[in-house]
Amino acid sequence: MGKFYDLLMQDVRFVEGLNACMNCGVCTAICPAAEIYKYDPRQICDIVQSRNEEKIKELLLTDTIWYCGQCMSCKARCPRGNTPGLIISVLRKISQETGLFTNSEKGRQQFAIKRTVGENILNTGYCVHIDIVNPKLHPEQGPVWKWYYENKEEIADRLGANYNKDGSGALRKIPQQNLDEVKKIFEVTGGLDLFNKIEKYSESAAKSMNIYFEKEGINNEYFFQTYMENSGKHEN
Amino acid sequence: MEEITKKYWKDYQKEIADDNFYYERSCIRQSFFPGSEAAFLKILREILGKNVIDDPNQHTCTGIGYHSDIVPFDTTMTVVARIFSLMKDHGVNNFIPSCVTSFGIFNEVVETWNHFPEEYEKTKHFLKQATGRDFEIPQNISHASDIIYKYRKELKEKMPYRLVNRHTGKPLRVVEHIGCHYSKLFAKKSEGGMEFSKVLVGMIEEWGGEVVDYPERRHCCGFGFRQYIVMANRGYSVANTKKKFESMQPYKPDFIVANCPGCAMFMDRWQYTIAEMEGTTYDDNKMGIPVLTYEEMAGFLLGFNPWDLGLQLHQVQVEPLLDKIGIPYDPKDKYVGKSGNFLGEPEKPENLITVYGK
Repeated sequence: MGKFYDLLMQDVRFVEGLNACMNCGVCTAICPAAEIYKYDPRQICDIVQSRNEEKIKELLLTDTIWYCGQCMSCKARCPRGNTPGLIISVLRKISQETGLFTNSEKGRQQFAIKRTVGENILNTGYCVHIDIVNPKLHPEQGPVWKWYYENKEEIADRLGANYNKDGSGALRKIPQQNLDEVKKIFEVTGGLDLFNKIEKYSESAAKSMNIYFEKEGINNEYFFQTYMENSGKHEN
Repeated sequence: MEEITKKYWKDYQKEIADDNFYYERSCIRQSFFPGSEAAFLKILREILGKNVIDDPNQHTCTGIGYHSDIVPFDTTMTVVARIFSLMKDHGVNNFIPSCVTSFGIFNEVVETWNHFPEEYEKTKHFLKQATGRDFEIPQNISHASDIIYKYRKELKEKMPYRLVNRHTGKPLRVVEHIGCHYSKLFAKKSEGGMEFSKVLVGMIEEWGGEVVDYPERRHCCGFGFRQYIVMANRGYSVANTKKKFESMQPYKPDFIVANCPGCAMFMDRWQYTIAEMEGTTYDDNKMGIPVLTYEEMAGFLLGFNPWDLGLQLHQVQVEPLLDKIGIPYDPKDKYVGKSGNFLGEPEKPENLITVYGK
């Protein structure tokens, strides 16, 4: 077997997600991403089960694997019990571990997700928190959200929350011991290692693209490049 | 025939625990609909008399990070194990996630442990190594909406209002939206499976409403994890919501209810975005179709103050719906904070109408 197929087989989600695809295309028919993007989960199943190393590598290098929205409608519909959405997750993992993700516009976006959602998990214990849904980065949230964001403690606490304070309740400050243990879990299980790889390969990509990069935070050109760049070449 | 139906329906029913719960809060619901989580706990504790643990130590399951692929599966499994360990500290074993993404995560992890015992052993080892903790798999994992569904008849007896248009006497027409990860990941873990999802239908019909069936009823709301988190990808997200709204529009729903906090938020916000981008709304009055959480729906039917439930946090205004049902509200109380002070009003959108005259 080849290098990339071996890596796929090491992940239980790949073992679980691919039995024997008969290429019926039901996954593609039901897939919200296939309707919008140049994306065909049937083809992806076909490529990985063919074990063609060159074609698998091409998947890891290009935008294709980043189009899936992880709704998992494919899992519900596949007559063979396959889950293309799981196969995608494993391909994405390998693309990041090998650094190939920085070769595509959609792959490079992992840096923006790491700097927002990833940092938030470690720093606050939340994936998403009202404090990071800044109306300037989220104009689609509209004026009611802006009003809420600007008065968050007053409003959230009226609604029974415990914004940024000790004790139980929505939006509470999560005690440090819990954050320490979550961080330790990331360290032991490879979560921090993946974060570090995303950082390392992204810094290298920024350098080769001649785009300003900073070691922390979102106030740098490379962050906004990955967060906002859209070449318009992805849609059907 | 009835006996045959009953026999087959058994395959679509799940076991839902009845007491001694550990409530796992949702990152999205806490941020966007904190009043819904407060209402859920109030309903369980004060109306149904249940024991529910609301643990200050709980934290994210990493679900959004996992499905946007920055968090490895080993990490997610071990974080989930830590949450189960917290539950063990409290001596309860019925787990109720508030979030549908989390519901999918917890089930995916437990199913993985069942299918691959070596993964279970590995996770136990990782958790011990990282934290010194042990954990037990919950006896029952039900989504919070499953609990409200289970007690829908008992709650109905306490409700002063029904999902009925008081002017016409007809049932309100309700679109129910099930979060994808509630039933598409593991159909048998959901009430009614993927094809006949009953969790919201059961509430709506029991409380007097009529469910709208429409072609794209089971289409994703469009969240798509990385397809929304990254600004460049949001066209994916709004396009999927648009597809759903175009499909439901001819059926003229009175409102939409969702069991997933993300879906409720997106279907509300994207109506605003579509209205501002192209002037389109999907109702006759240019106000949009109100989108509620199931806790909000249960809460106002039980007589909770709409502004304590957080209905003022929706971009599509809810007053026309409250008036149809006959639920009282004080307009002066809508924009008042915890301190009792008036906080000013949100700005008005250009196209989506937010000012409502009875």
